[in-house]
Amino acid sequence: MLSRIAESLFWIGRYVERADNTARLLDVHLNVLLEDPWVDEPSANASLLSVMNCTFEPPVTRHHVLEVLAFDATRSSSIAGTLTAARENARRAREVISTEVWESLNMTRNQLPRWTSSARPHEYFVWVRERAAVVWGLSSATTSRDDAWHFMELGRSLERADMIARLLMTRHFEGTTGPNWTTLLRSCSAHEAYLRTVRALVTEERAAEFLLIDRLFPRSIAYNLAKAEETLGLIEGASNNKAMSDRARLALGRARTNLEYRDVREILNNLPEQMREVQRACALASDLIRDRYFLPASTVLWNQEAL
Amino acid sequence: MAHGTGETPWTRYAPAAAWDEAVDLQGKVRDTYARVYAEIDRMSGDDLYARAEALASTYLAQGVTFDHAGEERPFPLDIVPRVVGAEEWEIISPGVAQRVKTLEAFLADVYGSQHCVNDGVVPRKLIASSQYFYRSVAGIEPRNGVRVHISGIDLVRDQHGIWRVLEDNVRVPSGVSYVLSNRRAMSQMFPDMFGAMGVRPVLEYSQRLRSALTKAAPEDVDDPTIVVLTPGVYNSAYYEHSLLARTMGVELVEGRDLECHNGRVYMRTTAGRRRVDVIYRRVDDEYLDPVVFRSDSTLGAPGLINAARLGNVTIANAVGNGVADDKLNYTYMPELTRYYLREEPILPNVDTWRLEEPDAREEVLDRLAELVVKPVDGAGGKGVLIGPKASKAELDQVRQQILEDPRGWIAQPVVQLSTVPTLTEEGLEPRHVDLRPFAINDGQDVWVLPGGLTRVALAKGQLIVNSSQGGGSKDTWVLGGVRHRGSMSPPPESRVEFSGVSAVPQAAHPDDYAAGQQQAQQQQQQQQQQPVQEQQGSDPC
Repeated sequence: MLSRIAESLFWIGRYVERADNTARLLDVHLNVLLEDPWVDEPSANASLLSVMNCTFEPPVTRHHVLEVLAFDATRSSSIAGTLTAARENARRAREVISTEVWESLNMTRNQLPRWTSSARPHEYFVWVRERAAVVWGLSSATTSRDDAWHFMELGRSLERADMIARLLMTRHFEGTTGPNWTTLLRSCSAHEAYLRTVRALVTEERAAEFLLIDRLFPRSIAYNLAKAEETLGLIEGASNNKAMSDRARLALGRARTNLEYRDVREILNNLPEQMREVQRACALASDLIRDRYFLPASTVLWNQEAL
Repeated sequence: MAHGTGETPWTRYAPAAAWDEAVDLQGKVRDTYARVYAEIDRMSGDDLYARAEALASTYLAQGVTFDHAGEERPFPLDIVPRVVGAEEWEIISPGVAQRVKTLEAFLADVYGSQHCVNDGVVPRKLIASSQYFYRSVAGIEPRNGVRVHISGIDLVRDQHGIWRVLEDNVRVPSGVSYVLSNRRAMSQMFPDMFGAMGVRPVLEYSQRLRSALTKAAPEDVDDPTIVVLTPGVYNSAYYEHSLLARTMGVELVEGRDLECHNGRVYMRTTAGRRRVDVIYRRVDDEYLDPVVFRSDSTLGAPGLINAARLGNVTIANAVGNGVADDKLNYTYMPELTRYYLREEPILPNVDTWRLEEPDAREEVLDRLAELVVKPVDGAGGKGVLIGPKASKAELDQVRQQILEDPRGWIAQPVVQLSTVPTLTEEGLEPRHVDLRPFAINDGQDVWVLPGGLTRVALAKGQLIVNSSQGGGSKDTWVLGGVRHRGSMSPPPESRVEFSGVSAVPQAAHPDDYAAGQQQAQQQQQQQQQQPVQEQQGSDPC
């Protein structure tokens, strides 16, 4: 597989997943703003933007948050921006991805202008999650399990681990008591699975454990870190140049075991820092993957003067 | 335009002076169009517009677009197909093949021993002064003798219905993807017409192309790696490049994906370097190799030409083909056909004045206001001046340019391109069209894709049809295809015996078989419990 194409596929995976999770995160945030009677909205908004690594000037209004993270297609941080970027990457890799996946991404981009901040945000978020599901469903049904699939999966699982970590950080926003654990579970579509697995009421430790380290639920952080590690091993030629690909696996494995072998109370006491640790591991792994698979070994530039 | 008033979309259709392919001057429908005419006749105007809208929206969803001034636009496809009768195709197809063979022979000669110059068929100056003649590729002998793997020969139909060649394209002819996607869209729009009319299929193009490229591979390669080389995603024809790569099942590469080592070409993959054997390049000559051509180009790869010279990679189409589709060389094509093939040209040229010749120049400058003047190296309708429509200032400017550089220009009489009914805002109207059939040369045979790209000038009276000048396209239906449906009995070996074999049952959830029974029981149960349930009715459980 061409390095350039592999990189595009990796980013399609990341962008679609990011759009999906940003929609979930915003949904939770708006919900908290509505339900928390003591909320200090501007500082809650500011916390959200800083978790999403966006610059801002206080006071941050709800409208501004929605522009930056949901609707403004010119910003790379927004859902609209990431979906547009996913479509551009799909256009570059058009001959590798299936027609169905391409058309679903293209249609999504074409329908984006219909959604503006005047619409009910919740409906927009539902639509975004649905479109992401369509893309994943189609690609799962139409892609051979070769490198094309692996790179997309890799991007998707890295992004999902990273975004769930960001979502859990909302527990500790300033100016609000934060979403309760039931809300967090719901926003990860995990509430029902939790009830079936744990068979108990939602307690802080149990819920955190479920989202952090459950081995079977596809939206737990450890599940996705493990998935990314596993996928790295499946990519063709992963065994040549072991050092580079292994370093990425190392970073992911360390983050995963850190969660798995630590007492959950300990993590909860220091949740923001622990979650930042997960995000850093994902970023490091992403950089190492880029160095290993996407960057040309050396770019030959022709310079006549040098002859 | 309701049905009740007796009006159909055709009611106001009136062909103008040019040859109309659907209706003659007396208003009689030509045979080839009878079926299409009848089909549209049954529709209301609104119906026709609704279908046209549906076409446009499928193109947006599929991303069938071209880049116009940096913006992605859907490629306009007209709802009325263009029909070419079987007997007309019997002229076009061999005519185009003959043209390609001539161009092939000419290129081999030009980059070889130049017999045509020594025998006085064309002046030496013609070749030496062409800006696309590259000495750097002289002596590179393609393995199977093919330089023009893919060509697009532009044809027009004049006032008398005669097909003429307007232009040869043997560098990187584009547009074939629109032929393929137009067909897909139109066959969904008019499924029954397709079956009934025996339209020849175009789908095999990609397979033919792939097989021709495979045959052109370097000698020692059994299973060659073929790539399509694109300038990148912002190129106006990017859609086409990706479609061809996809339908051939090969990689689409950009210049930065390629690298040359020791006279071989490789692409960079996630599993290391991989050897490339055949490059179907959609990058212009000058950008292909910064070592030989423009040193500032980042679209190609340094060392490509060297690898081609060593015979380690095949570049299709060959570098330097531009010397053959130069518009001045065009004027020599009939003689070249006679010289190389010893045949009479099947498709005539449009009469053309060579402005280098003093007499011709004088005549043209006198009659400038009634002629068409074109730059010899132009493409995409750029720089073309149509005398009768030009202002005084434009005429003076061109007059000056011709006097400064007579080699740079040719002149032709205004050809009234044939018209085909086209859906406009005022209903169906005649619009001018041309036709670009595509030919693939695999070294043994020249195959002409039945159909080709019909480009239509969407503005009234407009004679330039290029999409970069606001033109649209039509699906081109060549009749005379063999109809397999029901008309032939299949060969015995393809017949599957079903009699006497019991089908394998399709399984289902066993509970579902008994569902009827269970439902009845459960309902009965409910009825018995009803009073209780009503009491609990408010419980949301």
